Amino acid sequence: MGTKLVIDPVTRIEGHLRIEVEIENGKVKNAWSSGTMFRGFEIFLKDRDPRDAWYITQRVCGVCTTLHALTSVIAVENAVGIETPDNARLIRNLILGAQYLHDHIVHFYHLHALDWVDVVSALRADPKKTADLAYAINPHAARSGAGDFKAVQDKVKAFVNSGQLGPFDNAYWGHPAYKLPAEVNLLAVSHYLDALVLQAKAARLHAILGGKNPHPQSYVVGGMTCVQDLNPDRLAEFIFILKDVVDFANNVYIPDVMAVAPFYKEWAGIGAGLGNYLAYGMMPEDTSYDPKNLYFPRGIVMNRDLGKVVPLDVAKITENVAHSFYEGDGSLHPSQGETKPYYTGIDTGGKYSWLKSPRYDEKAMEVGPLSRMLVGYASGQKDIQAAVNDALKKLGLPATILFSTLGRTAARALETKVVAGKMDHWIAQLLENIKSGNMATWTKFTMPDSAQGFGMSEAPRGALGHWVDIKGGRIHNYQLVVPTTWNGSPRDKSGQRGAFEEALIGTPVADPKRPLEILRTIHSFDPCLACSVHVIDPKTNEVYETKVV
Amino acid sequence: MSSSPSDSPSDKKLKLLSEINRRDFMSLCTQVAVALGMANTMVPKIAEAIEKAARRPSVVWLHFQECTGDAEAFLRSTSPSVAELVLDILSIDYHETIMAASGEQAEQILQKTIKENKGKYLVVCEGAIPMGTPPGPGGKKGAYLTIGNRTGLELAEEVCSGAMAVISLGNCASYGGVQAQKPNPTGAMGVGKALGIKTVNIPGCPHNPVNSVATIVNFLLLGTLPATDRYGRPLFAFEKRIHDQCTRRAHFDAGQFVTEFGSEEAKKGFCLYKMGCKGPQTYHNCNIIRYNDHTGWPIGAGHGCVGCSEPNFWDSMSPFYARLEGVEVPFGGVESTADKIGMALTGAAAAGAAVHAAYTFGKKKAHKENIIDTESGEDK
Repeated sequence: MGTKLVIDPVTRIEGHLRIEVEIENGKVKNAWSSGTMFRGFEIFLKDRDPRDAWYITQRVCGVCTTLHALTSVIAVENAVGIETPDNARLIRNLILGAQYLHDHIVHFYHLHALDWVDVVSALRADPKKTADLAYAINPHAARSGAGDFKAVQDKVKAFVNSGQLGPFDNAYWGHPAYKLPAEVNLLAVSHYLDALVLQAKAARLHAILGGKNPHPQSYVVGGMTCVQDLNPDRLAEFIFILKDVVDFANNVYIPDVMAVAPFYKEWAGIGAGLGNYLAYGMMPEDTSYDPKNLYFPRGIVMNRDLGKVVPLDVAKITENVAHSFYEGDGSLHPSQGETKPYYTGIDTGGKYSWLKSPRYDEKAMEVGPLSRMLVGYASGQKDIQAAVNDALKKLGLPATILFSTLGRTAARALETKVVAGKMDHWIAQLLENIKSGNMATWTKFTMPDSAQGFGMSEAPRGALGHWVDIKGGRIHNYQLVVPTTWNGSPRDKSGQRGAFEEALIGTPVADPKRPLEILRTIHSFDPCLACSVHVIDPKTNEVYETKVV
Repeated sequence: MSSSPSDSPSDKKLKLLSEINRRDFMSLCTQVAVALGMANTMVPKIAEAIEKAARRPSVVWLHFQECTGDAEAFLRSTSPSVAELVLDILSIDYHETIMAASGEQAEQILQKTIKENKGKYLVVCEGAIPMGTPPGPGGKKGAYLTIGNRTGLELAEEVCSGAMAVISLGNCASYGGVQAQKPNPTGAMGVGKALGIKTVNIPGCPHNPVNSVATIVNFLLLGTLPATDRYGRPLFAFEKRIHDQCTRRAHFDAGQFVTEFGSEEAKKGFCLYKMGCKGPQTYHNCNIIRYNDHTGWPIGAGHGCVGCSEPNFWDSMSPFYARLEGVEVPFGGVESTADKIGMALTGAAAAGAAVHAAYTFGKKKAHKENIIDTESGEDK
């Protein structure tokens, strides 16, 4: 029997996550992932106006903000049978692309970097050497002189000397799993601070086309409302803010990942997990939203076989509740599921999570940037292949390194590069439309009495699907199957672990009192727990009212 | 900045502050002065007050039933940037979204912070507290959310009881928010109501960081929290109605309305009232300060206001595209001639409608389920 360790709360994520592991001989032998919050979105979506669903479901998550709104309008438009104008598609792609640029940068620097970067070690760095290093990595990076790094170092020193360490207190500094030289640590700390400023600017892209961020407010079933912003001054602002954000992604973020990775090569052999990768795809190239015309392709890579992409069959998605806080232990398709809350307290031998266990063809799947990049790579998507091949060549590593904790983190950076490279294309298309006098942003429709539809897209954290059933012009049933439900799911009835749980098996833990390595693998998935807890009951249409005492 | 000869803590603080870009810092002070309705002559005094603080005030940030949208919103602060807030102005000792430590190490920080700073720390809350009891053998009050093996409610009680003040950010922490809409399956409540305490509420979905930063700096400056309305909202941000300061107000008065998204009227920026805009019943300053460094706001993006700063707006302001009841379309009134022209153009002549000066001067009207009686828990 190994050592039991519970990490609750897991921080630097969205939402409330508990991880329990059993450690034997310095490695994780078994793991249990628990979502510890329930809100009941499907319950209060019932009987609402289907046009309001995007606004409500957007509040599922404020980190992958915009994605639930987008997926919801696609689902209702699919049910109603609306083809939205090309400008709406382009605005949605631009908002989505801006979300990726923002979210992946914030994830790397502010949620994940402290798993790899020792802030205290940066105090010992020679700023001149850091400047030389920065120049060697990328001669075009701004704010990278010795004076710049010295200023950051002095600022951090003053902060530490103040004795008030704030969010950096009681962390894992000096842990043997930190491998970066002091100079690289200083470089990363400096960029951590730069990225804090940059991300606020990046969010302005949403405010131009959506009024605000988080939770932009220009979506509407049938298109987008921001027709007044399709003018030269707003678009110029968008283009030039985008330019700065893309510059940061290409000249700071991606080079940083490439500079850090060689010090952590052993992490290319840790955290592989399930080996099954599912992607719904995203960013339609025409107004049909045909899955064949998505910039990021739809499909599945099974058993790490990059030679074949399995086509996605939506009917093969089921959710199991054997180890979730719901009645029973059955598996049903989301559109047929029947689930009732049944809380036992956490019991790793029984029920231990508010998340259900989605499975595809009864198999557990990983979703997220790595899945999108692998499905794209195996599908022959040229931009994705070029980004992956170029990075592997620079690192001198084979494609198999992608099946790992390090691979997940690298895939996120490479995906950022791919998205950044595509934004100009959509802007150009939008400008062409405007030049030709096409300003349409909305399609008129009549809400049918009865209709069913679904929408699929990709949150930064992975495949996202919404299902809607309209009756009497109101929402009869609404369901969401979201990324962290796939990744963070508990075991299913057959005992098959979810992606977090499987990826943790074999992870080294040098000191159970300071479980840095576990956080590294969990954070590589970019967990988003608020998204992932849902309850549905379309059959009985029963509402679970809880007495407040 | 005054100088200090000794090596006192405040001297250390002064040295630290000298690291802040002076122009950014003064920009912050100016922004605070404007937000609080102070004269520009107050700016140097604000700067001095902040600089004199020997220790950065300790902040404990708690997450309950939430989407992290309010933490994300706070990250979008630009003057000051969040880097300055974290390193120079506040000591954010517990904040699950950004803190380096997890699990047991995080819990140790929380305990240390609330014990060592008892009665002196600020609590910032994000998200609602579920008060319901889930069915099943493990069910107990509040168990729809557990953090570190205790319920959100237990955590809130422990941490808030020793706080100097509790600030609720966003509609969820303020009034229960999205999960508290009918039928409120988890019994979600705002933090103030759940704990039976007075909180400063900064609603919005999510809140605007200009308002949270101004509230916190107001606190550092004066040692008190800003004056609030009966829903606990600071008056400096929530005293005025969207409709009264709306950039499209002239179109309302002129009877020029959007009746279809993407239309010619939409391109001209006409009033969104007929598209369901809830500006006439919403008190918020987003039309003045806007979002993301003044870049935009929902009505600017062509979408109606949904009333996200109002208690229980999820029920009282929906369906979001349904026209607000009880608002009279103007006739004559402010610009009689323009009105007539406008109505002739749009065909929106509301036959026989009287001039409702009450609307022009900001009297709030109830409609459907009255929003006044909902989740506030504050003095009514």
